[in-house]
Amino acid sequence: MALAGRTAMWWARLRSPCPAVVPLCYPPWLPVGPVAWERLYSSRGQEKLDMSMYPVESIRNFSIIAHVDHGKSTLADRLLEITGTIAKTDHNKQVLDKLQVERERGITVKAQSASLFYNHDGVNYLLNLIDTPGHVDFSYEVSRSLSACQGVILVVDANEGIQAQTVANFYLAFEAQLAIIPVINKIDLKNADPERVEKQIEKLFDIPIDECVRISAKQGTNVEKVLQKVIEKIPPPQCNTTDPLKALVFDSTFDHYRGVIANVALFGGEIQQGHKIVSAHTKKRYEVNEVGILTPNEQPTHKLYAGQVGYVIAGMKEVTEAQIGDTLFLYKQPVEPLPGFKSAKPMVFAGMYPIDQTEYNNLKSALERLTLNDSSVTVHRDSSLALGAGWRLGFLGLLHMEVFNQRLEQEYNMSVILTAPTVPYKAILSSAKLIKEYGKAEITIINPAQFPDKLSVSEYLEPTVLGTIVTPHEYIGKIIALCQDCRAVQKDMLYIDEHRIMLKYLFPLNEIVVDFYDTLKSLSSGYASFDYEDAGYQAADLIKMDILLNGNPVEELAMIIHHDKAHATGKFLCERLKDAIPRQLFEIAIQAAIGKKIIARETLKAYRKNVVAKCYGGDITRRMKLLKRQAEGKKLMRKIGNVEVPRDAFIRVLKRQTDK
Amino acid sequence: WPYCRKRCSYCNFNKYVVPVVDEEAVATCLVREARTLLCLSQVQSVTSVFFGGGTPSLASPHTVAAVLEAVAGAAHLPTGAEVTLEANPSSTSTSPLAGFKAAGINRLSIGVQVRGAPPHPNLHSPPMPSAATPLTPPQSLDDAELQLLGREHTAAEARGAAALGFCDNHLSLYQLTLEQGTALAAQVWGGALPAPPQDLLADMYQTARAMLVAAGFRHYEVSNFARKGSLSTHNLSYWRGEQYIGVGPGAHGRFVPWGEGSHSREARVQTLEPDAWMREVQSRGHGTRRRVVLSLLEQLEELLALGLRTDEGVTPERWGHLSPHLSLEAVFGVPGEAKDLQEQGWLVLDSRGLRCSWEGLALLDSLLPGLLCQLQQH
Repeated sequence: MALAGRTAMWWARLRSPCPAVVPLCYPPWLPVGPVAWERLYSSRGQEKLDMSMYPVESIRNFSIIAHVDHGKSTLADRLLEITGTIAKTDHNKQVLDKLQVERERGITVKAQSASLFYNHDGVNYLLNLIDTPGHVDFSYEVSRSLSACQGVILVVDANEGIQAQTVANFYLAFEAQLAIIPVINKIDLKNADPERVEKQIEKLFDIPIDECVRISAKQGTNVEKVLQKVIEKIPPPQCNTTDPLKALVFDSTFDHYRGVIANVALFGGEIQQGHKIVSAHTKKRYEVNEVGILTPNEQPTHKLYAGQVGYVIAGMKEVTEAQIGDTLFLYKQPVEPLPGFKSAKPMVFAGMYPIDQTEYNNLKSALERLTLNDSSVTVHRDSSLALGAGWRLGFLGLLHMEVFNQRLEQEYNMSVILTAPTVPYKAILSSAKLIKEYGKAEITIINPAQFPDKLSVSEYLEPTVLGTIVTPHEYIGKIIALCQDCRAVQKDMLYIDEHRIMLKYLFPLNEIVVDFYDTLKSLSSGYASFDYEDAGYQAADLIKMDILLNGNPVEELAMIIHHDKAHATGKFLCERLKDAIPRQLFEIAIQAAIGKKIIARETLKAYRKNVVAKCYGGDITRRMKLLKRQAEGKKLMRKIGNVEVPRDAFIRVLKRQTDK
Repeated sequence: WPYCRKRCSYCNFNKYVVPVVDEEAVATCLVREARTLLCLSQVQSVTSVFFGGGTPSLASPHTVAAVLEAVAGAAHLPTGAEVTLEANPSSTSTSPLAGFKAAGINRLSIGVQVRGAPPHPNLHSPPMPSAATPLTPPQSLDDAELQLLGREHTAAEARGAAALGFCDNHLSLYQLTLEQGTALAAQVWGGALPAPPQDLLADMYQTARAMLVAAGFRHYEVSNFARKGSLSTHNLSYWRGEQYIGVGPGAHGRFVPWGEGSHSREARVQTLEPDAWMREVQSRGHGTRRRVVLSLLEQLEELLALGLRTDEGVTPERWGHLSPHLSLEAVFGVPGEAKDLQEQGWLVLDSRGLRCSWEGLALLDSLLPGLLCQLQQH
């Protein structure tokens, strides 16, 4: 899959042991002395901490934001080590990336938090680090994490310089009026050029050069200085323990035994076991079972106080109870709820169906659990003649969709059928009958099966995004051609230094959904970066295209596309399908159709001979093993008419590049 | 007989090329293992014996005679029983053949590689065994293996026709199968040698079939043709799911070890490496390395996968012998994959059993996964 290529292009996370740094202050739950170096960050069987020794003035809540692979997770590992939160070993790699998929892909998908204890100038500080995801798909999570912070560390790679996501993340923090500490990482690399990066930061973000901290997170160089800057430059939270309880739920996880674990930031008051609390969103009442901090695993405490960040377990069992952005307050002491967040806005929709309908209920419960840990996925029940009962899911982007699917497989052992991703199109209806049926004239189409006919529509609309590309100037020609091929309109072009250009383009969202990022990366040898933000809708000439196998439509591949792209896309899909479908006992016609009109066709010829030549006494065991594997594989095939298609074939053909 | 003179680029058999073979020791072990396993199986009568390899024609007739004596001593070996020796034409000169015949061999299986012009110039290609021809009174040479591999359709046909001239009543015709771990496979998969186009291979197979049937041969298995009733009894027993005992390094067997009080058919494999095998035979009478009890389902799966390779197919009698309560008709005569395949003309199910049609036989490997799925559902 093209994604593998993308991951491989990212910086390999090789870390060497760093020079010994003695923690300046041991965390309170570690007995001082050699035994302290046992890895002790499991929450069970430990003394509860007293958090009252950390008043608001000694608390700093901050996030690390960065372009992907600029070393965010490595810096987090070093900060955890220096503060003694985790024992310093060679194995601390992406400690905050708990999910298997995060470690495999070297990306952070889900924000994690950790409380660090640090002594500076004789004062014990409580530093709450809220890690953020590092991919453009997850920028929604970044803004959520930032709502619990007063400042950020903005990490920029000393070699790569400012990238598209650096720009996007900077503006998120800037608009939230957070203190920003620019950090230039990887100064140990041979090609590091921190002066150039400092100039870029000054030019683009208007931050004086002398405010940048040059570090090597990998080797631990200057990481202490970052902590000191956090204390000096980031203000403590503005809140009061004597106020009534006001806790913002900024994340939640699900534990099979303990139910919902809500990550909270206290904007007022205190909370402890036995408190009766109320959710401002659902008005439901709960009794608190446990509170604590994350170090980064759960560490129970007696209480949590205003300004602190931690977790609350309060007998929430249902998926819908821990609404992210919700405010918790004490029973009978209601407070004005915090503003919360805009809900995540799905950019990509796809149908998800069990391979076997008998698995429907298992898949349903897996989806419920997974969406509790990933509330940015939207779920609507859906059904189709061909695929049975299933769901239409909304994702933040294609990577998000792939990660979600991978988590279903890894954590819940579920294999599913996914349809071609589609963006949320709109149609302005002209047919009175349809307007009455929908109850409105403007409808959103998230499933190609519901695409209304041109005759009953006055205008179709497609979503657009404003994309930012940062690239070395030698690739500019190829990138402009790529953008034009994607029907994009140039909005801005700026040299951020002598070699690098920042481009802004207005893209139709559907053009960048599937593989724009991969293509951009490959034609710029990995040097160009990309980020985008929502930019509303524009009118577009849209049609629905079906792919047929021997006359039967492939529901997974039905798509809404721009009229100008239909022929090329249809031809391309037919060619790719021809390679992806194994030969069978009969000839297979692979066609692309708009309505009844066939616009492209390929023919896959029938098998004429498929039988192993020799099968005698010594061959039988091996032969049977192979046959049984084929029989198992056959059960997993998707049948369209009587054509058998491997399950991943459809998603594979949508990717433009075949290379791994 | 696990030894060969040289390694052939296409062969993945369990074989060893060593400078000196202690033939007496090997022969003693073969005899001992044959006795032990026959006794374990409590088989009353042996219908056929097959000396395979390696290159068994490199062994001496004495060894063959000793093994046959042991078999006849442990079970009944009827006078007319088929006793085959696999031979390499270049190692099959006239005088030892007479010795083998005297030792009891009454059927010779000769492997010949045929190739068209270029793509595989290095393929082991001995001359046609004209030296053996004078020795060919009807019984002694009736089985020649041909591995056809070529670009030129006509070349294959011509060579097939030439083969008809010297083999009288039996022909096994194989298109080359690239086996994992062979030099040839590495060359083809690595792109150093071209793979023949699928359609050409299909054409060659169909032409050869038609030609042989026109010449009076019965196409009785995917790759086997016989006339005047010269079918290979030994190989038929594999495809019919009968019992067989494998003796020697790496040999496979399928039998019920009644001698141990067991009632279950087992898949057995002897130790691969000859020296280790000999040590085991010397110390415990046999070199069985692996034995797996076959479930009823597995036995039926094998019967299906093997039986459908033959023109008689899986007969109701053989199926009923394993599965008295669930008939062929009950499994494959009901709506499902098998029924679809029958309607499409690839399979036939009638009172004579389940078998492939003429067209279906060439596509058997595409039919089997679906049939196995259907069987597993019962």
